[in-house]
Amino acid sequence: MTVTEPPGVAPGNRGNADFVRSAMAPAAKPPSSEVGAIAWLRHNLFTGPLNTLLTIGLVLLGYWTIPPLVDYLFIDAVWTGSDREACIYTAERTKVGACWAFVVDRAAFFTYGFYPLAERWRIDVFFVLLVIGIVWLLHLRAPRKDLAAIYGFVFLPVASFLLLSGTPSLGLPTVPTNLWGGMMVSVVVSAVGIVVSLPLGILLALGRRSNMPAAKLFCVIFIEFVRGVPLITVLFMASVMLPLFVPDYMQPDKLLRALVGIALFASAYMAEVVRAGLQALPKGQYEGAMSLGLGWGQMMRLIILPQALKITIPNIVNTYIGLFKDTTLVVIVGIFDFLKAIEASRIDPTWAAPTVSTTGYIYASIFYFFCCYAMSAYARSVERRLAVADKR
Amino acid sequence: MSPWNDPRVRSFVFQGFLILVIGFLIYEAVDNASDNLRRQRIATGLGFWDSPAGFPISQSMIFYSETSSSYGDAFLVGLLNTLLVAAIGIVLATVLGFTVGIARLSKNILVAGIARWYIEIIRNLPLLLQLLFWYNAVLKALPGVRESAALPFSSFLNNRGLFMPKPLPGAGFDYVLIAFFVAVAAAIGFRIWARRRQERTGLQAPVGSVTLALLILPASLVYVALGGPLTFDVPTAGRFNITGGMVLQPEFLALLFGLVIYTAAFIAEVVRAGILAVSRGQTEAAFALGLRPNLTTKLVIVPQAMRVIIPPLTSQYLNLTKNSSLAVFVGYPDLANVFTGTVLNQTGQAIEVVGITMLVYLTISLGTSALMNWYNSRKALVER
Amino acid sequence: MTNTAPAGLKPAKLTHETAIEMIGVNKWYGEFHVLRDIDLTIARGERVVVCGPSGSGKSTLIRCVNRLEEHQKGRIIVDGVELTNDLKRIDEIRREVGMVFQHFNLFPHLTILENCTLAPIWVKKMPKKDAEEVAMHYLTRVKIPEQALKYPGQLSGGQQQRVAIARSLCMSPKIMLFDEPTSALDPEMVKEVLDTMVALAEEGMTMICVTHEMGFARQVADRVIFMDQGQIVEANTPDEFFRDPRHERTRLFLSQILH
Repeated sequence: MTVTEPPGVAPGNRGNADFVRSAMAPAAKPPSSEVGAIAWLRHNLFTGPLNTLLTIGLVLLGYWTIPPLVDYLFIDAVWTGSDREACIYTAERTKVGACWAFVVDRAAFFTYGFYPLAERWRIDVFFVLLVIGIVWLLHLRAPRKDLAAIYGFVFLPVASFLLLSGTPSLGLPTVPTNLWGGMMVSVVVSAVGIVVSLPLGILLALGRRSNMPAAKLFCVIFIEFVRGVPLITVLFMASVMLPLFVPDYMQPDKLLRALVGIALFASAYMAEVVRAGLQALPKGQYEGAMSLGLGWGQMMRLIILPQALKITIPNIVNTYIGLFKDTTLVVIVGIFDFLKAIEASRIDPTWAAPTVSTTGYIYASIFYFFCCYAMSAYARSVERRLAVADKR
Repeated sequence: MSPWNDPRVRSFVFQGFLILVIGFLIYEAVDNASDNLRRQRIATGLGFWDSPAGFPISQSMIFYSETSSSYGDAFLVGLLNTLLVAAIGIVLATVLGFTVGIARLSKNILVAGIARWYIEIIRNLPLLLQLLFWYNAVLKALPGVRESAALPFSSFLNNRGLFMPKPLPGAGFDYVLIAFFVAVAAAIGFRIWARRRQERTGLQAPVGSVTLALLILPASLVYVALGGPLTFDVPTAGRFNITGGMVLQPEFLALLFGLVIYTAAFIAEVVRAGILAVSRGQTEAAFALGLRPNLTTKLVIVPQAMRVIIPPLTSQYLNLTKNSSLAVFVGYPDLANVFTGTVLNQTGQAIEVVGITMLVYLTISLGTSALMNWYNSRKALVER
Repeated sequence: MTNTAPAGLKPAKLTHETAIEMIGVNKWYGEFHVLRDIDLTIARGERVVVCGPSGSGKSTLIRCVNRLEEHQKGRIIVDGVELTNDLKRIDEIRREVGMVFQHFNLFPHLTILENCTLAPIWVKKMPKKDAEEVAMHYLTRVKIPEQALKYPGQLSGGQQQRVAIARSLCMSPKIMLFDEPTSALDPEMVKEVLDTMVALAEEGMTMICVTHEMGFARQVADRVIFMDQGQIVEANTPDEFFRDPRHERTRLFLSQILH
């Protein structure tokens, strides 16, 4: 075959054993097949016939689904009104989109449940205290993590309990838990699950890794048992079996039973997450700590746990996302949580209109998605930062 | 040295204390329970197992009658319903999950973006919310019987479920089945023969297309030769009801949709992680050896990715099975619904009923874990 | 085409036909111009060592030869076949060109023997027995026949890299590409891999080797090429190259790696 010299190529080193470049070639702009809008389209949307077909199909699908969705959510949506009249079909309103008026009307109920109107400020204070705790504990560069832990795991639970269920001696009338409801109950249940399950999970993980046979056996049985059954059966157990196991005069109230169920369930999962963190630590850390003459307790508290928990943060947060979603199941034992508040309002005759159910579910979806996505975004950012720190 | 500083002594004392506390708690619980049960006049033991159940169950794979069946029968019906929805759910969630997981890695950013947001949205919403949405906002909101939506193959969809033609095998249909199973055996035989021949001579056989042909052709030929020994009981829309055919109830459909869509999002992430775990260098090495992309996928990528995928995939299957207990919320008669719902209400024997239910799930979970550990120990990559 | 034999090169090498020819090759990663106007001809049986600072494009250069990377401008002709988007040609070239990677890239789920027989069985359609015979032949040549039934994870880095070389040889390639084959190895294992490569060079294999092992370059290379900023800055016989580097960049680079 013959190879012809392409035009514009500087005399190169072809065939020469000794070659020295006199002037360095400057960086040239890439050809239009590499960069620019058309190249981008070709690389990302039209690579080969299959991808072209998929792109066309998906664009068509978007064309068919997105405009009606926008119509439903915004254009045809009803924004104001005080009962079903706002959202039913009438002669002049033949298209009804999302019934946001329903959400606006019931927003307070969704948030506070049946909590007495005059006392709802207490829930607002609780939310503020909780947000402070979350930011303090989760912000990686926040000062005084030890104080944050005391705040989050001691002060906050006590203060919240006094605040929410009431302390007559402090001028806060008692509010029985059967009046608690809505978003507030969901948050309380998941917060309790988190506050209880982390320490309990750490204990179980340490127990499972210890060399004391009795402790190890107990922890293994507990963890594997709880992880092997559905949450619903654990809740049933807490709800119908727990009352049988305690004496008649100290029957726990409904909310407490649900809390026990959730906390035990979350602890077993947390234990496995912490155990994975303990296993991931290099052996040298244990050996180093022991060579310093630290006892087992000191070694765990000062060296091992802080590191293990730090690398476990993303997994802990992911477990909490699961826990937060799972709290919706407490409705099975009669707790009036956020989702139940929406269910109850949805079938309330005051708001019996065709799009009310879907609107209610969309609202619930937005709430849960916002919370869970924020948590998972946080977990991912920590993961990235840990990976960077690892490389150094 | 004081004996308290001896770790063995400490450990002994601590464990003794632990055993005492647990023993005391168990003793208290048993004592209280017998007290409470006696006071509330609740029976104990499994005596209720054979007594008549006396309540209806809306879907059953075995014979079940409100009047003559026992609690034991109800248990079996619930268990079979759980296994049914779990089995179908696992198959569909696997198909959807692998599709989405592979789409997530597509070069087409539209495909990858949609897969990504599917995963992101579905994983961040509670399963219960999704189930309620499918049941209340979609399936129960469908038009009534009179305005049933007509679907292809004489099927109807309305708020009572999906009505489909029911196949009625006629005389000779057994031969079609026999032909099919013989063909399956032949396909397996062909694969073995093709592998042996390749080892011997190096020649490759079109295993894929031959298998496909064997799965389809013989059975269809026998079917046609026998004059189509399969008739369908087609559902017909009457004025108030749809008669004939078979029906998938909205409760079943909602639970299935919810479980499949939810679990598929998690499976997709598992699949994606598994594929990404096979380093780019593996593909390059295979290419450099002259292996075509499809052979590279078959011989290099899939075997390695599957090792990473299978353990978490199994735990997703277990999650799906456990999550099927959310049937309670849409009224599908699974084990948890029938047993910890109705049976518990009627008998009041909380300890036995909840205990049996937990035991069933526990058996499934631990059995699967044991199988998984065995698989892992066999398939783990050998390291120094 | 003509090849004039310049002074100082073993003439026997250049009277043979060309193995690889690159004419005006350019490549970009997005906006980054990674290969600039590469003109290079490699004769059959020639051993070329490519060196240069990291990011200079030397790995990209050899990865273009078997189309692990696509070039956007210019022509690459390997063994008389021009690389285009034609899959048949890519297949043909990849069968002729073996490659050894920095990180070995052995298939961890297959035994050493299976690693070596995979491509002969599936690409060359060899009977399993023959493929195993070929594999054992090359494993013996790289001096690890006794490890044939182990898995890559059970071998040391040096052993793994020798397996990788044997695996490539099982396809009886005409050209071998080495992409920093010793960079990921512990110092005490570098020699065993280099010895294998020297033995291969002595048999007349056409080799392009990206490496910083200057001893190896002196010992076996016919030509040393120095690359920087995506272009060939200097090329010469190893004697001349090390004795009298002419470009200041070459001098700077050599002073950094030779101390």
